[in-house]
Amino acid sequence: MAKSMALTGNFAAAYATKQINPHVVAAYPITPQTTMMEKFSEYYANGEVDTELICVESEHSAMSACVGAAAAGGRVITSTAANGLALMFEIVYIAASNRLPIVMCVMNRALSAPINIHGDHSDSMGCRDSGWIQIYNENAQEVYDTMFMATRIGEHKDVRLPVMVNLDGFITSHKIEKVDTLEDDEVRKFIGEYQPVYPLLDIENPVTYGPLDLTDYYFEHKRQQVEAMKKALPVIKKVSSEYSNLCGRDYGIMEKYHLDDADCAIVTMSSTAGTTKYVVDKLRAEGKKVGLLKVRLFRPFPAEEIREALAGIKNIAVLDRSESFGAFGGPLFSEVRNAMYDTDERPNIVDYVFGLGGRDINAVQIEGVYKRLMDAKDKMPGDVNYLGVRGD
Amino acid sequence: MSQEKTWKEIPWGGLILDAGNAQEYHTGEWRTERPVHIMENCKHCMYCWICCPDTAIIVKDKKMVGVDFDFCKGCGICEKVCPFDAIKMVIEGEEGD
Repeated sequence: MAKSMALTGNFAAAYATKQINPHVVAAYPITPQTTMMEKFSEYYANGEVDTELICVESEHSAMSACVGAAAAGGRVITSTAANGLALMFEIVYIAASNRLPIVMCVMNRALSAPINIHGDHSDSMGCRDSGWIQIYNENAQEVYDTMFMATRIGEHKDVRLPVMVNLDGFITSHKIEKVDTLEDDEVRKFIGEYQPVYPLLDIENPVTYGPLDLTDYYFEHKRQQVEAMKKALPVIKKVSSEYSNLCGRDYGIMEKYHLDDADCAIVTMSSTAGTTKYVVDKLRAEGKKVGLLKVRLFRPFPAEEIREALAGIKNIAVLDRSESFGAFGGPLFSEVRNAMYDTDERPNIVDYVFGLGGRDINAVQIEGVYKRLMDAKDKMPGDVNYLGVRGD
Repeated sequence: MSQEKTWKEIPWGGLILDAGNAQEYHTGEWRTERPVHIMENCKHCMYCWICCPDTAIIVKDKKMVGVDFDFCKGCGICEKVCPFDAIKMVIEGEEGD
C-alpha cells in the first residue's frame, strides 16, 4: 500500500531518485538544489541504494561524469540550479547530442548578477534550445511523479533524449507538502530494467562516441535530434497515461483548468499555476468565465495541443517567469503566440513577465490580469508588461 | 566519408559503430605535398617506414615499394629522415609520377 509522506520538493526528488536506484548519480551542490543531494547522499551512506555516487568538483564535471556514465550504459540522474546549470551548459548540449537519456532535476533559480538564490526560470530557459526535454512542475507531488515518467520518456527507443525536471526554487524545492508515494516494486515495475543502447562497456560491439563531425554530417545529426523531439511527444502522452493507470494521477502534457467555456485565460507554468487556480476558483464563484492553461511540457513545445486547448478563447495573458532580453516578450509568450498565429480567431495575447529573482506573485496581481482580460474591448495590443516590478 | 547519406541512414549523435574504421577514412585528401620515391637511390633501410607517423610507407618482401596515398598527408618526415635522398617532396599537381 502506497503511503503519504510530508516532503519538500527536493526530498520528493531525492526519494524518487532512491526508488529509481540509478546506476550513477554525479552532482555538485548549489542552492536551492543542495538538500536533494544531501538527502540522496544519506540514502547512499546508509546503503539504501546501489548507485555509484560521484561527488565532483563543479557542475561542468557533474554533467561530464553523467555523460560518461550514460555513454558507458548506465541509468543516470543529476540535479542542479541557476549558475550551476550555466556552468554545465557546454555539456548539457553534448548530453542531448549524444542521445543520452540522463534525468536532471533543475530547481529553477535566478541567474547572477546581481547574485540571487530565489526562484525564476532564467536558468532552464537558457537551455531551451539545448535538445533536452523540459517538464515544469507545479508542486512536490508532480516532481515526485515526473521523475519516474522522465526516466521512461528519455529511455524510450524512439526518443533517447535527456529530460529536465523543473521545479521552482524554494517555492517548491523547500516547501513541505503531502506527497503520495509508490512502493519500491511499483516503481521498479513501471520504469523497468534499463536497456542501454550502444553502451561503451559492451566490448563485443565497440562504438566511438563524439567523433569530429564537420560540414558533411553535422547538419544530418541535428536533423535527427529534431525528429527525436517530434517522436517524444506521443511517447510522453503514452507514458503519462500508463502512469495514471498505475496511481490515478494523470498529468499529460498540460493541465486545462476551467478552460472549456472560458472567455479569458492565463497561460503559465510551475508553482504560479497553483496560485492562479485559487484566483480562477474565486472568479468562477463570482460567475466570471475565466480559465487557466498550465503548460507542463515546454520542450518539445506542443503547439497543436496548445491551439486546441485555447480554441475559442478571446483574450489570453501569458505569465512568463523569465525575461528574454531584447526579445518581443518572454519565452512562453513567444511560443504561445507563435502557436496561435495559425488559428482563424487570432486571439488577443499579452505577456506579463513576473517573479524575477523570486519576487512574490500574489492572487491580487493575478486577479488584476484577469480583470484586464475581462474588461478588454475587441482588440488588445500584444504588449509585454512587467508584473510586480516597482515603476511598471 | 565518400558516400554521403541522409539523416535517416546514419547512427545518431555521430556514433561510429564499426571498429577499425580508420582505414575507411582517407586522410590523404588533406595532402598538399607528395613524396616521390627515387628507387635507384633507395637502400631499403626502412627509416621512412619507422618514422612515418601514419602507416603510409608500403613495404613488400622487406623492400620499400611506394607510398599509400590514401593515408599519406604529405608531412615530409620521410624526406627529412632519408639518409640517401631517395625521397623528394613535390607540390601536389606540379610534377607528374
